[in-house]
Amino acid sequence: MNVVTIACKNLKRKKIRSTLTIGGVAIAVAVLVSLLGFDRGYQQSLTGNIDKMGYQLLVTAKGCPYEAATMMLKGGGGLRYMEQDIYEKIQNDARIDKITPQLVSTAYDPDRLEGQGGFAMYMGITDSYLELKPWSKFKSGQWFSSEAAEEAIMGYEAAEVEQRLVGDKIFIPNIDKVLTVVGIFERSGTQDDGIIFLPLKTTQQIFSLPNKLTGVGIKLKDIQQVGEFEEDLYEEPGIQVISMAQVRGTILNLISSAKVMANSVAVIAIFIAVIGVVNTILMSIFERTREIGVMKAIGASAADIFKLIWTETILVCTAGGILGSIFALLGSGVVEHIIKKILPYAPSGQLVLIRPSLLFGAFVGAIILGIITGIYPAWRAASMRPVEAIRTGE
Amino acid sequence: MSELVVKASKLTKVYKLFAEEIAAVNNVDLEIVSGEFVSIMGPSGSGKTTLLDMIGCLDAITSGQLEILGKDVSAMAESRLVKVRRGKIGFIFQDFSLIPTLTALENVQLASYFAGKSQKTQKMTVFLEKVGLGPRVNHLPKQLSGGEKQRVAIARALATEPKFLLADEPTGHLDTENSQEILNVFKQLNQEDNLTIIVTTHNQKLGSQTKRTIYLQDGKIVS
Ligand SMILES: Nc1ncnc2c1ncn2[C@@H]1O[C@H](COP(=O)(O)OP(=O)(O)OP(=O)(O)O)[C@@H](O)[C@H]1O
Ligand SMILES: [Mg+2]
Repeated sequence: MNVVTIACKNLKRKKIRSTLTIGGVAIAVAVLVSLLGFDRGYQQSLTGNIDKMGYQLLVTAKGCPYEAATMMLKGGGGLRYMEQDIYEKIQNDARIDKITPQLVSTAYDPDRLEGQGGFAMYMGITDSYLELKPWSKFKSGQWFSSEAAEEAIMGYEAAEVEQRLVGDKIFIPNIDKVLTVVGIFERSGTQDDGIIFLPLKTTQQIFSLPNKLTGVGIKLKDIQQVGEFEEDLYEEPGIQVISMAQVRGTILNLISSAKVMANSVAVIAIFIAVIGVVNTILMSIFERTREIGVMKAIGASAADIFKLIWTETILVCTAGGILGSIFALLGSGVVEHIIKKILPYAPSGQLVLIRPSLLFGAFVGAIILGIITGIYPAWRAASMRPVEAIRTGE
Repeated sequence: MSELVVKASKLTKVYKLFAEEIAAVNNVDLEIVSGEFVSIMGPSGSGKTTLLDMIGCLDAITSGQLEILGKDVSAMAESRLVKVRRGKIGFIFQDFSLIPTLTALENVQLASYFAGKSQKTQKMTVFLEKVGLGPRVNHLPKQLSGGEKQRVAIARALATEPKFLLADEPTGHLDTENSQEILNVFKQLNQEDNLTIIVTTHNQKLGSQTKRTIYLQDGKIVS
């Protein structure tokens, strides 16, 4: 017999009440863990996505830079066009390590998604594209046979959606063009997975966009020179330069207000859970007033009673913490799904990242919560005077 | 020579109820030595429980002097009173007051736990056998009869290995037969273990079986 077994038995006495209280804590903890997991997961996915674009700077036609940036992250480009001349002009700048021109076009395909209809995204690229993304690997097939070949390389998911293998034909709706699939990329975990890549020249030709580009991705030799380089390009008419670091900051800013709101919800949930715990424990000690008096009569000191009630509170909170962590783990898929629908921009990858350290934190946090919330009820119980307690309810 | 267990002089307890002051125990002088078996009798409201609570160091006294087991507890507050009663005084209540979530055995263990004494099942069983509970040690209070519950309560009081037992109307909720059996347990404990026992009772027949009877009326000892 020790304080924990006695406390457990007390909690089991009113099973429904204890369960509901633990449930309240569990929900609050689950919400908090999910949010914190989201916080980490989102940043990490976003950073990962941006890193995997391979370039630090993106030159696009003038327009809303954020719109362009988001479009770019979503799949390659705002659909404004710039002249290829600019690419020719800047490509020999000594500060540039790698540079790649891109031309994105979309086509509405009424047969996509089992007849629901949807946009297919095409991106014209050159050999330099792979230099910026050295991690890109072919799942099957290979690179285009020539600069203007009527061929396509499909991203992993695009190939799955369209159910194409190397050697198959793909049909581009609206412009009635048929291309041959020569390669399929392995999954990269980025937006590239959903894109159908064509040679740049082919794209310009079949979409009737001669000498047009939607963007130029640039990787500098020295990342310190980003600012300077950006400034030099201000001179060029009709274009803008977007640094991916800025994009990252902007997107994080965009979601920060949503995060503040969600965090307030979590804080309120914790607050309500704490009130619930204090209420339950207080109720149970008032119901047990006489019992507490009897315990004191048979030798329990105020400290013994304090420990007992404190332990009960800590047990409730700890159980809630563990249960809440389990809820958060099990529910992270659902939460992720909801978040992806709500957010203005959701990077690919795992958005709700619940690491063991986070779970451990939740566990410790719940215990601390119990330690703090338990003080008042424990003190109330401990300071009951034995005679009065015993005479209560006689 | 017998040790003094209780020594009270001019012991008084006054309850203030609104403007009125009630002297529940009024200038009581009392000495009880170890090995005694005392019953306290008197009409309802005569101060039996109040006197017992003070002797049991559960309640502070208003005035006078009270020594328990040689310690002057007259001016002690609860935090110090608990040290006097813990492991030295065993309580038995009219309504048994077992912890409903604990089995008979566990109720006894709980008292040992609070008293900081060994909780070995073997030892607990000795106490339970002493009060004649036998095989029902793993039953919850609600699965026991009144007489059995009171036996568990006595075993629980014994588990702290007390110097004396205090029982406030221990047979108040029991029928005649069970009352007598409980009294027999007390008698046996008093005789075989030389345990000092103080009980309050309304039951004349039981009161007459103790070695000494104190009559209270309006907070005063009348004989
Ligand atoms: N907490 C209290 N506040 C005010 N008065 C009290 C309190 N407790 C007891 N009294 C009064 O003190 C007197 C003695 O009470 P006590 O309970 O000691 O009597 P008793 O002899 O045990 O009675 P019974 O046989 O009915 O148990 C009574 O008049 C009672 O009303
Ligand atoms: Mg009484």
